[in-house]
Amino acid sequence: MTDWLGPAEWGAVALSLRVAMSATLVSLPLGVFVAYALARWRFPGREVLNVLVHLPLILPPVVTGYLLLLTFGTRGPVGGFLDDAFGVTVAFRWTGAALAAGVMAFPFMVRAVRLSIEAVDPKLEQAAATLGASRAWVFVTVTLPLILPGIIAGTVLTFAKGMGEFGATITFVSNIPGQTRTIPLAIDLLLETPGGEARAARLAGLSIVLAASALAVSEWVSRRVAARVGGA
Amino acid sequence: MLDVAVRHAFADFTLDAAFRAPPGVTVLFGRSGSGKTTLVNAVAGLLMPDGGRIKAGDWTLLDTEAGVRLKPHRRRLGYIFQEGRLFPHLTVRQNLAYGAWFAPKGAPREDPARVVELLGIGHLLGRRPGALSGGEKQRVAIGRALLSAPRLILADEPLAALDAARKAEILPYFERLRDEVEVPILYVSHSASEVARLASTVIALEAGRVVAQGPAVQVLGDAGAMGARGAASVLTARVVRHHADGLSELAAAAGPLWLPRVAAREGAVIRVRIAAHDVILSRTRPEGLSALNHLSGTVTAIRPGEGPGALVTLDVGGDRLAARITRRSAQAMGLATGQPCHAVIKSVSVAPEDVGHADQAAND
Repeated sequence: MTDWLGPAEWGAVALSLRVAMSATLVSLPLGVFVAYALARWRFPGREVLNVLVHLPLILPPVVTGYLLLLTFGTRGPVGGFLDDAFGVTVAFRWTGAALAAGVMAFPFMVRAVRLSIEAVDPKLEQAAATLGASRAWVFVTVTLPLILPGIIAGTVLTFAKGMGEFGATITFVSNIPGQTRTIPLAIDLLLETPGGEARAARLAGLSIVLAASALAVSEWVSRRVAARVGGA
Repeated sequence: MLDVAVRHAFADFTLDAAFRAPPGVTVLFGRSGSGKTTLVNAVAGLLMPDGGRIKAGDWTLLDTEAGVRLKPHRRRLGYIFQEGRLFPHLTVRQNLAYGAWFAPKGAPREDPARVVELLGIGHLLGRRPGALSGGEKQRVAIGRALLSAPRLILADEPLAALDAARKAEILPYFERLRDEVEVPILYVSHSASEVARLASTVIALEAGRVVAQGPAVQVLGDAGAMGARGAASVLTARVVRHHADGLSELAAAAGPLWLPRVAAREGAVIRVRIAAHDVILSRTRPEGLSALNHLSGTVTAIRPGEGPGALVTLDVGGDRLAARITRRSAQAMGLATGQPCHAVIKSVSVAPEDVGHADQAAND
């Protein structure tokens, strides 16, 4: 087993899973909230928010990583504040890698959820309100169950993106073993190391398996949910 | 007592309607675009009007002068929508229970078993709305509204999306609701026969304003409110006997009525809607006519309408009967108020959808 992949590579796999899961867990509620706001509310700055959310999708990842470094680096406005106030540092830590992954994957999450929210008939939510459900209850009992397929799709996309994020991560938090060296960063390093191709290929194969499994699980869950929601 | 006064200005339409209605079924009647749905949505709180007052009994839903604007979920309503709007992810049982989750503990509520029985939906409880027919969906929607322990039931053209057969299936449930459930009902319709069958009170709307309001019997005979083609009378009659030749013999205040077999047991009191344009008038007692129904009465009003028609109202044994005839006939017959007159109605002109169970409350 150790021959197949070294401890360093297994470390990269574990780190990738941790980074991707953290990024997904944090961006899930935030993504649903932003998607709901964009889909249902009209407020000043809505377009700005929309552009901001989609920016990581269209910017070169290196630029996103650089902007993260400027903002969340120890001397950046947010990073400095987090350091002073809470003693929390994200720069060059696995939390920074998770942040980069989350930011890069955020547009995927928001798009998937937003599409499903826009497909929910507001008339159903009105009906729930006339039956006595407050806004929060309407969301929990009607909107949320109906957008569950979109949330699952968004979660899987976010997780897969988190597993594969490279450009912003390496720019923001560099390539530190055990802290920020996720699977793609490890592959990149192995490819530049003499004799590392075989391990790189195995890591690449493993990431394909992980991504494909995540997709398969989400398809299965989505079908079950869709069967419930569809009813017919 | 339902007390509604609502003002709201849209870009191209102004709603300014006020009415009061006693308990029972109050029907908002009018063409599409007359503001019926807007008014009901204001009662539901789905539209916050510029100003107004809405009270159901002592329950104030809206009073802009006093600064009361209850949110929809605090209004304690059962809203039956045109398209059902059942929750697709919940079973029929869960849909029915939805409103009860949010109703205050101890609120007077219908017994779920009785409602399920009343609506005949017991066999559907485990299904999801996707697997129901249009008529079944609408029955579940009625049940869901009823079981939310509402203080007022709203129904916005609940039959409009259904075909004639399904309408005939659902309408009796609303009659039972009216007769067996204490909660007042505000019912939107543009169908004169629905109005005739269900309404205790009719509020006629036109271009956002109330053009007529009052007991069903009175407003239905009003051509101004119903439109000349919609004018009709509603007679209450008791079923005396179903005869073997397919006719039912009824006893109205004015005398016997013969109709195609009605779906009511002998002894039941029913309402019959008679369209004004199906009534023929005669100064002398008609003889040798094929029509079976002859009622004699007195002319109480002659109102020339637009165009060649006139609406003649008779008092037949205490009931109002409206007849739409041409002005030329009225002149040729020398009709005048106070004169005795005979009305002739063909039995077959009364369609089954024009016959319904009487609203006991309104007639007592």
